[in-house]
Amino acid sequence: MIECKNISKTYTDGEETPVLKNISFTINDGEFVAIMGPSGSGKSTLMHILGALDIPTSGKYFLDGIDVSTMTDNELADVRKNKIGFVFQSFNLLSRTSVIRNVTLPLIYAEVEPEEREKKAITALTQAGMDESRFNYLSNQISGGQMQRVAIARALVNNPSLILADEPTGNLDTKTGDIVLHTFQTLNEKQKKTIILITHELYVAEHANRIIHIRDGAIVEDKKNDNKRFIHHTHNL
Amino acid sequence: MKITDIFQETYSALISNKVRSGLTILGIVIGIGSVIAMISIGQGAQNSIESNIQALGSNLIIVTPGAQKGVGVQISSGRGSAVTLTNEDASVIEAQVSGIRAVAPDLSSRYQVTAKGTNTNTSVVGTTPSYIDVRNVQVDTGVFISEYNVKSMSKVAVLGPSVRDDLFGVDVDAIGQTIKINKITFTIIGITKAKGGGGQSQDDMIFVPLITAQKFLAGSERLSTISIQAIDQDSMADVQAQITALLLASHNITDPTKADFSILNQADIAASASSITDTLKILLGSIAGISLLVGGIGIMNMMLTTVTERTREIGLRKAIGAKNKDISTQFLTEAIVLTFVGGVFGVLFGWGASLLITKFSTITTQVSLSSVLLAFGVSALIGIVFGYYPARRAAGLNPIEALRYE
Repeated sequence: MIECKNISKTYTDGEETPVLKNISFTINDGEFVAIMGPSGSGKSTLMHILGALDIPTSGKYFLDGIDVSTMTDNELADVRKNKIGFVFQSFNLLSRTSVIRNVTLPLIYAEVEPEEREKKAITALTQAGMDESRFNYLSNQISGGQMQRVAIARALVNNPSLILADEPTGNLDTKTGDIVLHTFQTLNEKQKKTIILITHELYVAEHANRIIHIRDGAIVEDKKNDNKRFIHHTHNL
Repeated sequence: MKITDIFQETYSALISNKVRSGLTILGIVIGIGSVIAMISIGQGAQNSIESNIQALGSNLIIVTPGAQKGVGVQISSGRGSAVTLTNEDASVIEAQVSGIRAVAPDLSSRYQVTAKGTNTNTSVVGTTPSYIDVRNVQVDTGVFISEYNVKSMSKVAVLGPSVRDDLFGVDVDAIGQTIKINKITFTIIGITKAKGGGGQSQDDMIFVPLITAQKFLAGSERLSTISIQAIDQDSMADVQAQITALLLASHNITDPTKADFSILNQADIAASASSITDTLKILLGSIAGISLLVGGIGIMNMMLTTVTERTREIGLRKAIGAKNKDISTQFLTEAIVLTFVGGVFGVLFGWGASLLITKFSTITTQVSLSSVLLAFGVSALIGIVFGYYPARRAAGLNPIEALRYE
């Protein structure tokens, strides 16, 4: 469970720039939430705080009941390792490295036994809808949509409490983007994964169950998504 | 992070950039290789000089004609050029100086030597039977020059093994055969034992009776050296002082600085030679050290490039839970592995180079275990020193900025 209480973030770079102002919300386990806002709205900063990459200037952030907002760098690294899975716009896969090895990468830092790593990676890749025949392909031999599926599998592999996806369809065409969104929906429905999707596109946000609108560092709207989009026909890539 | 994982990550990082890793390793290979090769040359030169000095004989004092010009560089100055040492001097020393075991006067000169169609140019030493003790010569077959040979001016010769090999062929029994030195026929009565050593080796000499050499070859009564063997190490200084005083008196010289002869002892020669070889070793070592330093800077350069290139990867690793320590360990390991691999190949390369030097030059090089260990130590140290800064830089990257890096 995620609980944000009056989170503010101010960058002091010569002059003070408030980026997030007094943000509060709660996300329960198993929710699929989109955080939506135009560029400069503070959604990336919020994502960094939710992802334990940064800490707020004031306010509290509880992840599974643990206060993350005052942690040191090393403690934050442990939180990211054990509780958070990231999916980035530009995939960030290791180049010229096999799909399997990309997925097992977080397990190296989590010190999972080598024998178990592959098993976990295969489970995660299957959940992310990756075709088994491509597990040993190199990351530069597969398409963009498949790359993002590998990235999703990498986010899933250590069984995190929260999956944070930052513009996951930003580098993909609509059709491929749909497949990725469908993957998130499936993960949410079937695996009961908690997913936070950060985007600036309403179309993308509408695949989630709940949409939090942010503008100028403050929440302007936080409500259930009444016209959720479903993707029915996915083509295997 | 487990150690096996660190090495696995290092392996895949280095292998994904084969050319760059290879060139960086090459820098270290050349650096370590030249350290090994250069030190082996220095060691070889030192060994060869030391064995030459040892081969001279023990507790040896050498009197040569010409002014005293200091120890070392001028060892043979004036030798043979001034007629200031005579048989008389040798007899006086033998008769009046106490604490000596033997005195061996000699007259050495290079002559063309022929034997049945073969010929060579070598050093011919006219001397007395005591030379064998003083200069530590051993006879392999036959006999050495006798007192009788000297007195009767016999035309007999004792050959060094190298001369025998040159004139008659390797290991041919040459005793009883004749050679011509300066067109005068000599009968071979003995062959000396091989002693080794480079340069003017005793293996490459012909020994003839002293008076024979003076009368028939040089046509003069002069001596090129008088070699004196003291009874032991402790009496060397005393013997040297006695000889100096005696020769100054018999040559009617009052001012010791104007002496017309030089006296050297073996310890002086050894000391000056070792100071030369030490300097040589330092010189060679520092040249090699510079190339090692350049190799190390190559490592640092590559690591800095790598860190910049892999900024996003570092950001990702941090995002999925890598701590600063994990990142710095990984990059430091990459640097150390590069230098270590370079060190291994460098030792092989340097070893090979020193073997080639031995094969194709007169210096017998010697690769010592200590220089190999030194090279490994230095290469590991270079990895740590030059890898530390790039690794720290990688670890210090802010994950948010690193992930955004284009």
